Amino acid sequence: MNQNLIDYTLHLADTTLILAQRNSEWCGHGPILEQDIAITNISLDLIGQSRNFYQYAAALINLPITIGTANNPADLATEDSLAYLRTEREFKNLLLVEQPNVDWGQTILRQFYFSVYQLYLFQQLQNCKDEQLAAIATKALKEITYHVRWSSEWVIRLGDGTAESHQRMLAAIEELKNYTGEFFIAAGYETPMGIDFALLKQQWEEKTKAVFEEATLPYPEKTFNQSGGKTGTHTEHLGYILAEMQYLQRTYPGAEW
Amino acid sequence: MQLQDLEKIFQDKIDKEIKIEPKDWMPDAYRKTNIRQISQHAHSEVVGMLPEGNWISRAPSLKRKAILIAKVQDEAGHGLYLYSSAETLGTSRDEMLEQLLSGKAKYSSIFNYPTLTWADMGAVGWLVDGAAILNQVMLCRTSYGPYARAMVRICKEESFHQRQGFETLLVLSKGTDEQKAMCQDAINRWWWPSLMMFGPRDSESTNSDQSVKWKIKRKTNDELRQQFIDMIAEQVKVLGMTLPDDKLKWNEERKHYDFGEIDWDEFWAVVKGNGPCNKQRLDARKKAHADGAWVREAALAHAAKKKNRQLQKVA
Ligand SMILES: [Fe+2]
Ligand SMILES: [Fe+2]
Repeated sequence: MNQNLIDYTLHLADTTLILAQRNSEWCGHGPILEQDIAITNISLDLIGQSRNFYQYAAALINLPITIGTANNPADLATEDSLAYLRTEREFKNLLLVEQPNVDWGQTILRQFYFSVYQLYLFQQLQNCKDEQLAAIATKALKEITYHVRWSSEWVIRLGDGTAESHQRMLAAIEELKNYTGEFFIAAGYETPMGIDFALLKQQWEEKTKAVFEEATLPYPEKTFNQSGGKTGTHTEHLGYILAEMQYLQRTYPGAEW
Repeated sequence: MQLQDLEKIFQDKIDKEIKIEPKDWMPDAYRKTNIRQISQHAHSEVVGMLPEGNWISRAPSLKRKAILIAKVQDEAGHGLYLYSSAETLGTSRDEMLEQLLSGKAKYSSIFNYPTLTWADMGAVGWLVDGAAILNQVMLCRTSYGPYARAMVRICKEESFHQRQGFETLLVLSKGTDEQKAMCQDAINRWWWPSLMMFGPRDSESTNSDQSVKWKIKRKTNDELRQQFIDMIAEQVKVLGMTLPDDKLKWNEERKHYDFGEIDWDEFWAVVKGNGPCNKQRLDARKKAHADGAWVREAALAHAAKKKNRQLQKVA
């Protein structure tokens, strides 16, 4: 069993799921109906990606079991057992995506930071030696390209909108500035994946600076990199997300839905 | 042309089943009735996102979560089509929203009931979308063209919602004892409110006659309600559940199900704003609107800046 590959796949799955969960909080509460639909769409795309990763992780985990003799199907990992029955110390999502929705500006900035990172990461994953991960990444790139465009446009619109929107974007930058460094700090299980983190960082910074410039927003130079999400040490927010998300599965163990 | 002639041409078109289009002459009252009805319908789609949105974060599996999000998003889309068709009658979305938020415009009372358990996601899809469909299928043939065409698109998605709702309950009905109880409880709570969705009895209904003559409405409240009861009374058997009405019984003579009396006091209480969630629903819409104000202003301001810059470039 390739534990690194499993952990890495779970990291990708958890990150996309938790961001989907956060974005979906907007459903029915967006600032304008068209954008309510747009953020919900991104949420759906991310859930789709997370399901692909969870299913793959489950297959990897089950591999030695299925080769073995008679086993109880209830012991097999599934996308839902991985999403609903792991604890806050087992989740491997980035800290950025668990940050709460302060306002539309902060949601937009969080999405922008993440989508730009995901774009360049998945471009590398496309050529990953693990065919399954490469396939999932390739499939996702089209929607990620759209997420980058949509969130960039909003960063620009809000940065270069009114005095209030500019101010709110400054607050969002302040709020999130310590949570992007984690993108580029490799966790142990990431090392064998062959990701060029230096390139990733350079591409991410270039794109972010370009969009910020158009948005008349300052790029935050002085940051401290909070990290630990990739290896299960989270901010206090994750516990609440999981408590809510996992409530039915935890309350009625073994039930089918 | 004389007013009578215009009115005659208009009614002739309707009698010949020719759709009325935005640029056609139409009586003021016809325009007003359509604006009122279409905007109420649009508001219902948008407010209707709230009770189901309530369970998105707690959906019990990734598949159910995705289905539920997509469903609620469909309802937002329905709201958009409907606001657009109302706009063809000379009102703006802002005006319509203003009327919703001030409490002047109504939306479907059904969304003033709470969604208390996961089974409510099934019951709402099956019963609420199911009742809505009967009304909407009829509206696919309504006389105002843009409304009828919006309905055709919407109906396809609604019948999908109903099937998904039924399927959600079907899984529960085959599940653990707790799930079965959850399923029956949700049906018990949603049955009567969904019957109320068809409105007051025909004998009590005020603007039905003119609406039927103008073919805005093509079936009466009681006809649609009976059709719904006949359909659901059969489907509930597949679930192995019951409907909470001891008077519900097949009437061989009428070829319809007989049923018990709706609690009209409850109906009017909810219409008048005293349902369990009237306040919460409207507050949620008001909050979203207020919280979004700076975003909408920024979008406008940015668009204006961009346009200015382009003009300066040209000049
Ligand atoms: Fe709808
Ligand atoms: Fe629906």
